[in-house]
Amino acid sequence: MKGDTRNLLDPQQPVQTDPVDVSALADDLTNTRDSNLYTASQWQLMWWKFRKHQVAVWSAMTLLFLYLMVIFCEFLAPYPLSFQDTSYAYAPPQRIHFFSDDGFHLWPFVYGLEGRRNPETLHKSYREDRGQKYPLRLFAKGHPYQFWGLFETRRHLIGVDSGGTLFLLGTDSMGRDLLSRIIYGSRISLTIGLIGVGLSFSLGLLIGVVSGYYGGWIDNLIQRAIEIIRSFPRIPLWMALSAVLPSTWSPIQIYFGITVVLSIFGWTGLARQVRGKILSLREEDFATAAMLAGASQPRIMWHHLLPSFMSHIIVSLTLAIPGMIIGETSLSFLGLGLRPPITSWGVLLQEAQNIQTVAFYPWLLSPAVFVILTVLVFNFMGDGLRDAADPYDRS
Amino acid sequence: MNVSPLLQVRGLKKYFPIKAGFFNKIVGQVKAVDGVTFDLYPGECLGLVGESGSGKTTVGRTLLRALSPTDGEIIFSVNGQSYNLATVSEGVLRPLRQHMQMIFQDPYSSLNPRMTVADIIGEPLLVNGVINRSEREARVSELLEQVGLKTEHLRRYPHAFSGGQRQRIGIARALALRPTLIVADEPVSALDVSVQAQVLNLLQDLQESFHLTYLFIAHDLSVVGHISDRIAVMYAGRLVELGATEELLDQPKHPYTEALLAAVPIPDPSLNRDRRLLSGEVADPANLPTGCVFHPRCPHAEDRCKTEVPDLREVTPGHFARCYFA
Repeated sequence: MKGDTRNLLDPQQPVQTDPVDVSALADDLTNTRDSNLYTASQWQLMWWKFRKHQVAVWSAMTLLFLYLMVIFCEFLAPYPLSFQDTSYAYAPPQRIHFFSDDGFHLWPFVYGLEGRRNPETLHKSYREDRGQKYPLRLFAKGHPYQFWGLFETRRHLIGVDSGGTLFLLGTDSMGRDLLSRIIYGSRISLTIGLIGVGLSFSLGLLIGVVSGYYGGWIDNLIQRAIEIIRSFPRIPLWMALSAVLPSTWSPIQIYFGITVVLSIFGWTGLARQVRGKILSLREEDFATAAMLAGASQPRIMWHHLLPSFMSHIIVSLTLAIPGMIIGETSLSFLGLGLRPPITSWGVLLQEAQNIQTVAFYPWLLSPAVFVILTVLVFNFMGDGLRDAADPYDRS
Repeated sequence: MNVSPLLQVRGLKKYFPIKAGFFNKIVGQVKAVDGVTFDLYPGECLGLVGESGSGKTTVGRTLLRALSPTDGEIIFSVNGQSYNLATVSEGVLRPLRQHMQMIFQDPYSSLNPRMTVADIIGEPLLVNGVINRSEREARVSELLEQVGLKTEHLRRYPHAFSGGQRQRIGIARALALRPTLIVADEPVSALDVSVQAQVLNLLQDLQESFHLTYLFIAHDLSVVGHISDRIAVMYAGRLVELGATEELLDQPKHPYTEALLAAVPIPDPSLNRDRRLLSGEVADPANLPTGCVFHPRCPHAEDRCKTEVPDLREVTPGHFARCYFA
């Protein structure tokens, strides 16, 4: 018997040097990049795969744009946050024109806004004053503001000459430009998700690692606690917790308070995912191999297990941010989250709470469009990231 | 053999609890390994065969303390000293690990996809004190050449390699610390037949060059027959037969070994063999039969086999079998 197989199977056959392809990924890579593929790290493989997901790439660019808006909101907003002009209360969105009575204009312009109160209903109605044309100006001089609280300037990205108005999304009851308020509101609404997720992430990672790593009764205790927390109805608990926040707190304190309230639910899902990943990865042969090589438990944890589920964690974070944004918006809409003078999308939507406003001034709902857009692009990007997250998936 | 054994395994047991209910009450036990006894001599290759679920992988993992044994002794002799691996503390065990390594079955899950070949093979060196990076890489390059890979593969990730090449990387990692004992857990069963032969030959060459002792776990008798000096046959967590390769294959003493041999395919369709294939299911290690664990499937079973447990007895010198009729 001994030696049989050696004759049966040709030992002279050369060693296979052809690399195995990484599923469909390799097919799309040209020959010139082939040698790079061999030495490509996980993040490179992920990027190559993500790049092929068009919707996700567009979403990522939209998000980039939204967060640039957060950073440069003072400059992008046509009016500063403090601007109000009650003579223009509830003005409808102004249209941007290219054509006037005297033909086509290469440069867009808006007409002047003329308001008149109906003497019977006392309702104010607006119409375009065709006699006055205000061309849009880039880097226009408008109302002064403090840029990042550092220096005062009057330059806005777009604006019109003094005397004209530029209410592209209309105004609210106090004649404040809604577009500017939405742009300022993004600063709160879009960052509360990031900070909330950051907080949930730290909690979830820590508790998940403890739960998965130690197991036993600690694991049991943590898992039961998570089940209890998750079985609370979300909105009432949020309401109760935000009601506890003292009304004497400053806007900044309220902002962080609400973030903490939102994170109370956020961490549980993440902790579960981390625990599950640790439990399954601990059984992988490469973790056993590291242990047999004499690696310490912390080394196995940080060098083998953590990098293996990091990509999944990032994906779930991306998918968790929209939940936070919606949470803030709902709480503020209900009047339990952020309150004026803080401007967030939820606070703006408070104005659109009764049917009368919705019927007469539908443009007050436009912050909701931004909420929907943000949530959608986060989800699309999360989808793309999820597909790209495990370049080693052999299925 | 008058050489002292490298490894003496005595009555090794590994039970896994079956938990159920809200409070994880233990409701039963899976007796994956139930009293395994054998010696492993320096420089030999002992083949361990058995069906899926017979406990052979658990034996391998328990020997290296990847799993803690429930009971039994594992006496490992190194540098003139003996240690009972079954009971030594974690602190004593860690420096001992460099003398015993493992080659895994699955060449995919055994290599961390997020590390380069240099880091994978270098890890045992790093955690055992070879801190200097260039020194480590020199060693890794040397190891790569010893297993038939090239130095330029150093910077590549596992996904750039075929199954056979990955297994070579796994072998290089096992060799990195110059161990004396290697537990090879079905190292070729996940590979193509042509690659199997190359890897088997590589393992034989390495055994000669580095005086390695193998515990070679497999379910394929032809593979085990090719590489082993002695063969141990496992059934339902117990050894049923142990003997020198040629003798065991030519004159099997245990009916289970006979059945295993009858199941080995012979590439000659004209050969009309008397095939005594087994009926029935593999014994359930959570609910083992009484008496001889093999009796429900044994063609020779008598009443005695249903009640009494036969011992592993020496039938002819060096050839053991756990059967009353051997």
